[in-house]
Amino acid sequence: MSLWLTLAVNSVALGSLLFLLSSGFSLIFGLMRIPNLMHGSFFMLGAYFGVTLLSKGVNFWISALMSAAAMAAIGGLIERFLLRRLEGQVLPQVLLTLGFAFIIGDLCLMLWTGDPWQPATPDHLRGVVQMAGLYFPVYRLVIVIVALVVAVALWLLVDWTRLGAMIRAGVDDAPIARVVGIKVSQLFTGVFALGAALAAFGGVMGAPYLSVYPGLDFEMLPLALIVVILGGTGSLLGALVGSFLIGFLYNFGQAMLPDLAYVILFLPMLLILVLRPQGLFGRVVS
Amino acid sequence: MTALYVRGLNKSFGGLRVTGNIELAVEPGERRLIIGPNGAGKTTLFNLITGEFVPDSGTISLFGRDITRAPARRRAHLGLARTYQIITLFPRDTILRNVTLALLGLSPLRWNAFLDLARQDHLTHRAREALARVGLEAIAERQLAETSYGERRRVEIAMALAQAPKVLLLDEPFAGLSIDERRELHKLLTAIPREVTVVMIEHNMDVALDLADRITLLHFGEVMVEGTRADVVADPRTREVYLGS
Amino acid sequence: MSLLTQQRAGLAIALVLLVTLPVWIGNTYYINIASQILLWAILALSLNVLVGWAGLTSLGHAGLFAMAGYTAAMLLDRGYGHFTADVLAIVVTLATTAVFAVLGLRATGIGFLMITLAIGQILWGIAYRWVSLTNGDNGINVSTRPAPFGLALTSAPAFYLAALAVFLIALATMAKFARSPFGASLRGTRDQSRRMTALGYNVWLIRFLAILFSGFWSGVAGLLFIYYNQFIGPQVVALTTSAEALLMVISGGSGTLLGPVVGAAIVVVMKNVVSAYIERWNLVLGVIFILIISFMPEGLVPGSVRLWRAGVRRLRGTQSSSLDPTSAPGPDGRRIPWLRPERTP
Repeated sequence: MSLWLTLAVNSVALGSLLFLLSSGFSLIFGLMRIPNLMHGSFFMLGAYFGVTLLSKGVNFWISALMSAAAMAAIGGLIERFLLRRLEGQVLPQVLLTLGFAFIIGDLCLMLWTGDPWQPATPDHLRGVVQMAGLYFPVYRLVIVIVALVVAVALWLLVDWTRLGAMIRAGVDDAPIARVVGIKVSQLFTGVFALGAALAAFGGVMGAPYLSVYPGLDFEMLPLALIVVILGGTGSLLGALVGSFLIGFLYNFGQAMLPDLAYVILFLPMLLILVLRPQGLFGRVVS
Repeated sequence: MTALYVRGLNKSFGGLRVTGNIELAVEPGERRLIIGPNGAGKTTLFNLITGEFVPDSGTISLFGRDITRAPARRRAHLGLARTYQIITLFPRDTILRNVTLALLGLSPLRWNAFLDLARQDHLTHRAREALARVGLEAIAERQLAETSYGERRRVEIAMALAQAPKVLLLDEPFAGLSIDERRELHKLLTAIPREVTVVMIEHNMDVALDLADRITLLHFGEVMVEGTRADVVADPRTREVYLGS
Repeated sequence: MSLLTQQRAGLAIALVLLVTLPVWIGNTYYINIASQILLWAILALSLNVLVGWAGLTSLGHAGLFAMAGYTAAMLLDRGYGHFTADVLAIVVTLATTAVFAVLGLRATGIGFLMITLAIGQILWGIAYRWVSLTNGDNGINVSTRPAPFGLALTSAPAFYLAALAVFLIALATMAKFARSPFGASLRGTRDQSRRMTALGYNVWLIRFLAILFSGFWSGVAGLLFIYYNQFIGPQVVALTTSAEALLMVISGGSGTLLGPVVGAAIVVVMKNVVSAYIERWNLVLGVIFILIISFMPEGLVPGSVRLWRAGVRRLRGTQSSSLDPTSAPGPDGRRIPWLRPERTP
């Protein structure tokens, strides 16, 4: 029984990390219509950056936030000066992000070498907590709480603020939004930066749990893709549900049928594409 | 048997009702003009007839055959052809190739991956004939990108006629043309044989009016007035809808 | 000299040079590079069917390529003969391609790209993780190359000639496909899919069949790959391979016939040269990607042709030139879309 419980807790933790990763991806895709192929790279680079800060003695939370800020800056610059030049041409933009993904992957390899790096869980988050007669690692719970906090924050942002309204307008109809006076181009830069920040934050949070290693970027990217295909593009609720679904499938799959873990991931994506191509919560994208 | 019969056709997008309970009966060989202000649902009606949109309710019949559930591609094979309001030709090809593609659409040859299309003389010949009918045979080899807007409109018509349709839907064929081009197109449309039933949407009434046997006026997605040319022009509701045009 | 004779002469010369290559390039290392270029060119050509002619960009073709390679390698490993292994490999690849197509076509444009990418990554994950099947990271060794009609392919020149034969067949098939009614239909769906439906074409089926055609040749390239390397590992199923194939198509010029071939040559040569000096091939790949996308999106072949025509025109001071094999069609209207994306009659 406790094996299943452990798996369940791990799945929720993984799902939470996936949410941090794919919420940004979903926002970027929803608004800019670009599947950001460097999203996994933001996750990995953010993780490396944060973990480096950690190793220099910086507080865990500060490291995570600084890393998020750094990735936001990098993402913002790339969007503003390179992606925007190709505005309106979705395919070239996607390929541009792919190109950057390769560059970042190799840069990380050069800067941090090929050894995986798993920082110790920060002191104040170590240990186990006892609930209902069962023991749960504190850190896993922290990840879940953080993800939920971020989810609520994002929901408030998108549904309740003026900025969120502008984002939603941009998602629905960018040209009209422009006509109405919304600075859609700046919004694009902002959302891209926000997505990068979320991914980086997720990367740092995940580091003590998943560790950081070369190839992490291209392992996380398809997970983000599958979550968004499952959950529906542009839908935060979809990203949430999809993330936890994949988290569970991945962990239970690994445990029960290690060889077939990837095949198992494939199946829900297959089902959704056949039965409901717009995803669980997505609208049909024209 | 009517050539085109539409009954009880309804279509809504989200909460917006674009087409409301339309009934339309076009006789074989008739020239029907569909008019109405912008947003009246004229092009939507065409899209429903060609199968691009699926109606919420209602039926569409082509020469007595129910095509409401028929996929769009099938309707072309059943004798339905249309032109578009916005020119949607193949930009990277010659005019001849554009018309050839129209012919190919109805030919089993379209699945052939071995023959050389340029060498299919029977197709090319018919394509040239179609272009001759609209007066463009001299520039058949010209790239589409190098043709004028008026010429492109004529290519559209050539493509539609090439398929030897039973019912031809023309969506604002006169849009954007100069006075001379309009006169040319008018001659062309008058010359279409009566084997082809023509339903035309046109915003510009001056030029289209005398082409029509019967006129249907749409407003807010519903049929407001219908009858012969004289009836509709005289009807006070027509004037109301167009605010004294 | 008429245009057609010019073209034919050019092709004949090229053919002679290619066939005699092992003679005038004596070095085994370079002959092997030529073999690599040929097999990757086949993959690039197959991807071009989708990217250039169907308007569908796939980032999952490494998966189809590897499907054939792995299937054949696994069958050979279990004692099956070359012929059986190869045929079954292609059959399995076609089946995979069919699934690939059905899922990918649930969306178009960017959705297609995302789905193909996801499928490609899943296949990569399977190659890595399903160790009992694929041997995981260690890969599978292929001990012998096939000996068609009893001719051994163990030497570099022999393998090169076999690869050349397959390549020429592939190229001829592509050329035929391009000029065929089906090819024209496919390009029609790329340019105006709504209109095509209204004209009576079955757009989904056209795309589906095109993807199968593409998958077939990707599989063939995959077979050449395992026989060349006599090994297959999960690294070749990675996203970088699909990206390289896409780069070959785009850099050379999508929609043309020579473009993907030129692109393959560029990428293969660069990869070999660069790898000798820098370990960071991915970095270079990424930079090149970005440069091409940003500054030369139509690709090198059409771009160069444009420059050549402009140069020739200036030399002769005329509108079009008989020196220019890519200008107006010859007397019978035939022109093979080798160098510029189809501006066919």
